Amino acid sequence: MSDESVIRLENVGTRFGEQVIHHDINLSVNRGEILGLVGKSGSGKTTLLREMIGLQTPNEGHVYLFGERLDKLSSEQLAALHQRCGNLFQGGALFSAFNVFDNIAFPLRESHFVDESLVRQLVCMKLGMVGLDREAALRLPAELSGGMVKRAALARALALEPELLLLDEPTSGLDPLASEDFIKLLSTLHQELGFTLVMVTHDLDVMHDLCHVLAVLADGRLLAYGSAAEVRRSEEPLVREFFHGAHAERVFANAAWAIS
Amino acid sequence: MPMSAQALFTDTQPPAIRVERTADGFITIKLTGHWTLRGVAHHADRLMRELREYTPDPEVHWNLNTISALDSVGAFVLWRATEGRRPRHLVVRPEHVPLFRRWTDRRVPLEPEQRTARLDIVTSTAQIGRLAVEHVSGFLSLLGQFVLDCVWLLRHPMSTPWRDISATIYQAGVKALGITALVGFLTGVVVSYLSSLELKSFGAGNFIVVIVGIGILRELGPMLTAVLVAGRSGSAMAAQLGVMRLTEELDALSAMGVSRSLRLVLPKIVAMIMVMPLLVVWSDILAMLGGMFAARATLGIGLGRFLSAFPEAVPLANFWLGVGKGAVFGALVALVACHYGLRIKPNTESLAVETTSAVVSAITLAIIADAVFAIIFRGVGLP
Repeated sequence: MSDESVIRLENVGTRFGEQVIHHDINLSVNRGEILGLVGKSGSGKTTLLREMIGLQTPNEGHVYLFGERLDKLSSEQLAALHQRCGNLFQGGALFSAFNVFDNIAFPLRESHFVDESLVRQLVCMKLGMVGLDREAALRLPAELSGGMVKRAALARALALEPELLLLDEPTSGLDPLASEDFIKLLSTLHQELGFTLVMVTHDLDVMHDLCHVLAVLADGRLLAYGSAAEVRRSEEPLVREFFHGAHAERVFANAAWAIS
Repeated sequence: MPMSAQALFTDTQPPAIRVERTADGFITIKLTGHWTLRGVAHHADRLMRELREYTPDPEVHWNLNTISALDSVGAFVLWRATEGRRPRHLVVRPEHVPLFRRWTDRRVPLEPEQRTARLDIVTSTAQIGRLAVEHVSGFLSLLGQFVLDCVWLLRHPMSTPWRDISATIYQAGVKALGITALVGFLTGVVVSYLSSLELKSFGAGNFIVVIVGIGILRELGPMLTAVLVAGRSGSAMAAQLGVMRLTEELDALSAMGVSRSLRLVLPKIVAMIMVMPLLVVWSDILAMLGGMFAARATLGIGLGRFLSAFPEAVPLANFWLGVGKGAVFGALVALVACHYGLRIKPNTESLAVETTSAVVSAITLAIIADAVFAIIFRGVGLP
């Protein structure tokens, strides 16, 4: 078993009743890598993301997280593993009854091992990391804009210094500028903190600017797996459709031009 | 060997500060161990204090090469200890440099001051007063809007939201048949049984018909039904409106030009006015049955004798009074539930608070209304 792989899926398959979501999926994510899960709506990307951290158990196959097989762990051990992961849910999933400050402080206070003055300093540090000011810290989630919700949720996901960060559509619902800012923020934080990043995304800019490896899901199978350039060379019609549309050509052509 | 939860963490060596003095008088500080969230957590204050003994001296050599692990929390503690100045003699591993760069380039926001609510008597009284005015005016405007909607519907009868009304009748009425029957029957049994024990000792067993008849038809039937419906449907209505606020469905309705009072509030009130009297009749019947069974068991008054004595002992006015009360209670429960439901703000705490208030207020208002009825109709229907 390689020490380097943070997540490893072996022959993973999932069914909801009769409906097959995916079948025989194999992939592994190395430490420090950025993996993008790509596919149409309903291709089971979010399900796969949930299975990676044991929020959902696959019907077939095994999931290894930090080298541990998830279905063999007790709930206590699983909770210990979860403390090493940060999650950014699609809608932010901030606790609506707490303000932003208390939302970010929540995981720190919950894990009991820090005193309150340090908690307050750490929260301020995270706020600084994601670019939120003290005025925003006192607002309730309902009073935030979409971009600020994502930033606050990211700060909460980073609260416990995770080794692995899972993002579900990090740029959905953001305007292009906010989306670009958020990609930059993620990229800076990744360089600084060196975590492993797995994200579900539809956003071609995200795939191009951020992801080292792409995994394309369609028809319940893993159609292509590799760097953006490798995936674009794939002969699968569904992959070609996705990566050679007008917009995709523009994104990747500009990139080639920028590099040359 | 069973694996403990702790073993899943990478082994954490506590962070330590080693001070070495060279022969020519230089001081070298070597940092070792895990300068991470988990390592630093319990010792942040002590470490910061120890570090600060050396930070003012510019001639101290700092060696961070020996650190086993560093994360942004560890970097933050070091940065705070040096008060944001980079020591003149510093050795850092290249992969740790980015962790420090953030703190040298950017500012950490200051801690926000928590707004603490002042709780002196004047402000809290003013607050209660303001809240009371808000509730009364909100309730009255909801009632007024309901009346206006009714008038509007008289002129546009085609727009009556029949489907919503019938859905509420099913949810609040048909589905409540079971629980109202059970509670009604048991209440009838208890009232009749306890009264008949007392009556028997006076030899006045025949009065059981009056007590059970008037007690249930006039008071217990409508009141019990109102309490049950307030708990069942009042909370459901308030929560439904609240969730519609959370999911922006209320705004979506307004944006489509659909009146929320006409489509959400009016059907509930109308349906409750229609269904509550029926539920009252239903629980009356079951409670009377329970009362009759208990009377036969304790006093030996058979069903036939009970029923033949009934019309004379219990004036019909009591039945109509009970049914009328039912309609009023129904309207109150629906109005109160909608009032609180529409006050819900888009967060979970507000949802909980307002839903609770809706049920408590609906029951309280129903009891107050019952007292008012008792005074107004004191000369009606009593033998």
